[in-house]
Amino acid sequence: MRRSNSTPSQSQMSRRLLLTAAGAVSLGAALSACGGGDGGGSASSSSKPVSQADIDTAMKKPTELTFWTWVPDIDQEVALFEKKYPAIKVKVVNAGQGVQHYTKLRTAIKAGSGAPDVAQMEYQAIPTFTITDSLLDLNPYGAAKLKDTFVDWTWGQVSGPKGEIWAIPQDTGPMGMLYRADIFEKHGIEPPKTWDDFAAAARKLHKADPEVYLTNLAGNEAAAWHGLLWQAGAKPYATSGKGNVSIDVDDTISKKLATYWGGLAQEGVIGVEPDFTDAWFSALNKGKYATWITAAWGPVFLAGSAKSTAGKWRAAPLPQWDTSKPSSGNWGGSTSAVIKQSKNPIAAAVFAQFLNSDPASAKLFNTKQSFFPATKPLLEDPSFTGAAAPFYGGQKVNQAFADIGETVSPDFQWPPFLDQAVTDWTETVGTALTRKKDAVAALDAWQSRLTTYAKAQGFTVKAP
Amino acid sequence: MTATTVASTEEPRRAGPRRRPRGGLRQGAAGPLFVAPFMVLFLLMFLAPLGYAAYLSLFREKLIGGNAFVGLDNYVTALKDPLLRQGVTRVATFLVIQVPLMLLLALAFALALDSGLLRLARVIRLGIFVPYAVPSVVATLMWGYLYGPDFGPFAQLSEKLGLPAPHFLGDGWMPVSLANIVTWEFVGYNMIILYAALRTVPQELYEAAAMDGAGAWRTAWSIKLPALRPALLLTLLFSVIGSFQLFNEPKLLQPVAPDVIDNAYTANLYAYSLAFTGQQVNYSAAVSFFLGLVIVIFSYAVLFIANRRRTS
Repeated sequence: MRRSNSTPSQSQMSRRLLLTAAGAVSLGAALSACGGGDGGGSASSSSKPVSQADIDTAMKKPTELTFWTWVPDIDQEVALFEKKYPAIKVKVVNAGQGVQHYTKLRTAIKAGSGAPDVAQMEYQAIPTFTITDSLLDLNPYGAAKLKDTFVDWTWGQVSGPKGEIWAIPQDTGPMGMLYRADIFEKHGIEPPKTWDDFAAAARKLHKADPEVYLTNLAGNEAAAWHGLLWQAGAKPYATSGKGNVSIDVDDTISKKLATYWGGLAQEGVIGVEPDFTDAWFSALNKGKYATWITAAWGPVFLAGSAKSTAGKWRAAPLPQWDTSKPSSGNWGGSTSAVIKQSKNPIAAAVFAQFLNSDPASAKLFNTKQSFFPATKPLLEDPSFTGAAAPFYGGQKVNQAFADIGETVSPDFQWPPFLDQAVTDWTETVGTALTRKKDAVAALDAWQSRLTTYAKAQGFTVKAP
Repeated sequence: MTATTVASTEEPRRAGPRRRPRGGLRQGAAGPLFVAPFMVLFLLMFLAPLGYAAYLSLFREKLIGGNAFVGLDNYVTALKDPLLRQGVTRVATFLVIQVPLMLLLALAFALALDSGLLRLARVIRLGIFVPYAVPSVVATLMWGYLYGPDFGPFAQLSEKLGLPAPHFLGDGWMPVSLANIVTWEFVGYNMIILYAALRTVPQELYEAAAMDGAGAWRTAWSIKLPALRPALLLTLLFSVIGSFQLFNEPKLLQPVAPDVIDNAYTANLYAYSLAFTGQQVNYSAAVSFFLGLVIVIFSYAVLFIANRRRTS
């Protein structure tokens, strides 16, 4: 699905529970002391498997699940589930997309009532919700059986350190490059295989036609920056145990990226305008940008928003830092997570699993919503990979991105306070790119702001 | 500034013996009953959230380590917070320039409409008022498009004329662009208030002025303007309060100018970001109260100056 940034989270400490002099009260105790906050049911993190008999009983009991999602037309996938389990009714609620949705979700969780049973959740948002112990571990509900159904790196994204399974992957966004074959041809540019080639092409193209830029790097798109970090093999965040976090957003790999992109921005050979705005859509339509560095959901999105350029685009992998080890990052895509307060943990867990792993339902996400699949069977399905896309001159774009998906590293971690990381990036690195200032210095500012925030929130911050 | 009408408890005199309603209500008790629905809502929807926010502002909740009572610590932080100061200073500067301009425009329109010299007065009145009926979200999105540096109409036009396009969404122009949006949105609203006040001036005054030989300008200066004083004061107060709470417009222009409008661009935007981005709900509550205090001081200053001028 689309990009987004930001996710909320909250501390589940009951406000009525003032801290005793003895120090912190364990979250479990706080939860049980917080009247009305405890969802009841068997929603504990202990990996005690739920028996098949219990599952069967629960799935025959008339139940209404609430599902918060922004996915359009998801009723069709939900109908498949309701057909299989007639006793269960799912109420689909659109609580906004991305930030809005997370804000409402966090508020409801904090209030102790009104949270949904299941919620749409992007990969990068998961740690922000697990730090507050808001998600149900799906491992006891048989989710581990699905490990081999899903692409390896997605499973890494939804798994916790102790084997918890926090959510079930729904769609993905491995990053690639969409480029205008006609502009490349006109100026004798080959699709760049390395970032060095890319920089050379950017200079050449802009010199040849000052109206055109090779690409646009948006100063408000932290998600894309993180994807590029991911590709370059950076490990900006790591969490260990509760309350220990290492923040390393200005390490050598990040500095390499900042030097590279900041340099191109200062030379004025790439665009730096915000993305997903009217002006940006116009720019893509009018050929101001010859490439769009995007994710696997990009091809369909672009075909819908730049109709006037149909047939001129092609898809390719991202340029590489090291061609002997092709790699990519991920931007976007989401999962289904069960909220710990759910009063129907079994039904909710089964729903989250069915929705995303049932072959018919998973395929529908691709054919109906044009999501890029997260399941291996679908990525190997010839009817999916063999589809020729007229907007891309008949190229098999799905195959191209399925191959890219193989190169996404499984061990990229997100911080437990994503919103802050995103905002701080936009106000430091993003602004430096937009204003053609020193992006490397901005990285240091980003690092120090995030560190200050994490310390203020009670984290023990490991300096790199 | 809420004007509540106090229900009269005076009993009308009646002829004949007064009957006491037995077990019923004394007539004097009817007033509070009529006010009760308002009072209940006022308590629930206004005072209770305020009280809760005040309570929250005395605590500090962390992601790790939970909640703790910190007294006035959040307020001390807010006083020293350069980001908050920057936001308050920015909206204060904004209002000092934008509010007088907007009210002068509204006044000019109201006087012109009231003079009866305009043709199609109704159409014009509606035309000036219509922007106020446009939700500010829609208005901002519309202006954001018009301001666009690449494909916006202004940019296109100046390109056609061979002029450099003004960078409306750049650092220097942004306050002007915002002021323009706010003025466009609210000039009609203020005009209607002033115009309505003008309609209540008794005809006799105009007749008397005419008898004394006053022309249209003199009438406007000596009769209409003094009659407008209360309405002007009201619009001024509303505008001052509104300016301090500037939020929608910068929030919505943020996506098109993320490098100019940061999360602390205005004080209200800062309070919002603290709560919903940084999850610092407690500090956000303190910042909101601090902002409320600034607004109260400013509003009283406006009233004080206006009253002093009236008595002098």
